[in-house]
Amino acid sequence: MAFALVLSGDGDLYRIVALSLRVSLTATGLACLFGLPLGALLAVARFRGRNAALVLVNALMGLPPVVVGLLVYLHLSRSGPLGFLGLLYTPTAMIIAQCILITPIVAALSRQVLEDLNDEYAEQFRSLSLTRRQSMTALIWDGRFTLLTVALAGFGRAVAEVGAVIIVGGNIDHLTRVMTTAIALETSKGDLALALALGIVLMVIALGVNALVHSVRMSAVRQAYA
Amino acid sequence: MGFRTLISTVAVLALGAGAALAQDQSILVQSTTSTANSGLYDYLLPKFTEESGITVNVVAVGTGQAIKNAENCDADVLLVHAKASEEAFVKAGFGVERSDLMYNDFIVVGPETDPAGVDGMSDAKAAMQKIAEAEALFASRGDDSGTHKKELSLWKMAGVDAAAASGGWYRETGSGMGATLNAALGMNAYALTDRATWISFENKGDFNIAVEGDPELFNQYGVILVNPERCPSVKAEAGQAFIDWLLSDAGQQEIAGYKLNDKQLFFPNAPK
Repeated sequence: MAFALVLSGDGDLYRIVALSLRVSLTATGLACLFGLPLGALLAVARFRGRNAALVLVNALMGLPPVVVGLLVYLHLSRSGPLGFLGLLYTPTAMIIAQCILITPIVAALSRQVLEDLNDEYAEQFRSLSLTRRQSMTALIWDGRFTLLTVALAGFGRAVAEVGAVIIVGGNIDHLTRVMTTAIALETSKGDLALALALGIVLMVIALGVNALVHSVRMSAVRQAYA
Repeated sequence: MGFRTLISTVAVLALGAGAALAQDQSILVQSTTSTANSGLYDYLLPKFTEESGITVNVVAVGTGQAIKNAENCDADVLLVHAKASEEAFVKAGFGVERSDLMYNDFIVVGPETDPAGVDGMSDAKAAMQKIAEAEALFASRGDDSGTHKKELSLWKMAGVDAAAASGGWYRETGSGMGATLNAALGMNAYALTDRATWISFENKGDFNIAVEGDPELFNQYGVILVNPERCPSVKAEAGQAFIDWLLSDAGQQEIAGYKLNDKQLFFPNAPK
């Protein structure tokens, strides 16, 4: 059935898939912009309260999507502080929610990766008397292939969650309906076969994104060390 | 650099969304899961959009949440089914005016084995009493929706304190109509549902309609324009155009014309 669904070239399905990818990939990109520098900073810097910060960032990896959805809803609602932007029930609201959800994941996982790397390089950095900013940039650049996996972990969480996007997006047909909210809707209609078919399509898409990133990474690694 | 890029990216996205909304007229309707799950909007809305050029975006949640969202100004039009709550909404100044739109009825569905012996009953009060006496499983919405409010009023009429059995034979799912029906099926439990959702529900298993036909099971839908004086963001003109169309002869005929398996799901009854 999933196969038939894809082959039938259903325009609605493609729109839903495209929106899922657009929202979750944008959220992942933004989360990397925020999360990678934060992870690098936590890896390199030594300051009072660093341990508390690490525990906090690690704990935020377990942020429940519905709670994020609710917080974003309360802010973007017309009666909320950012209501004047008119962003509730738009893809932008969904991107914001997913970005908040996965930034801690990117930060915490990249911190671990970069700290291990820093242990190797710290002496060399000192001998070159690099500034903290320079060492952070060097670490991120050198760990870029491993950090791709970190980004994928964030993407996986974003594309699979339903709790946040259904609250701030509203699952509006042709506007904010994504794969997970469509699956929730079909399940509630009792059309379990279609819901499952959509689920399989979603998993295939996740597989495709991962395969693509993997092959890009392999060829980049080959070039880098050729 | 990172932060500035981020801000400008968000701004571009926000402006993009704003521009898209300004280009084509669209309104936001807060409505119930029962109307959305039954497929009524998929049938009705394209007809209105074709006539008026106004796109209607529907957020389908329980009536309680829909009213809450509308109170937060996150809607132009409210279309729900809990008359008392709707009138309170208007009275508090959140809505302009409430009109009857259409009706159907609630039914109690249950497993073929009929553990409470209520099959074929048309007295809702007596049926609820029998279910409670038999301590047969009952799946409640438990989400402050219109259907949930109706169910609570039925328990009250029957003199049953169902909440006392919460977690026992009385199971509150806290979910939408379809999800609650799925749960009822999984547990072999009775459930109160609107007829439209039941007819369009595709996972009926061995469940049948057990109780129907009581005047108490009447299910009235109403439509309200959110008050633009309280919520300046409300698109009053487009919202009113949608309401006027729903209440017009043309709109009412379209509602009556929506059929599934040859069964009419909603019966228009707007005031003439």
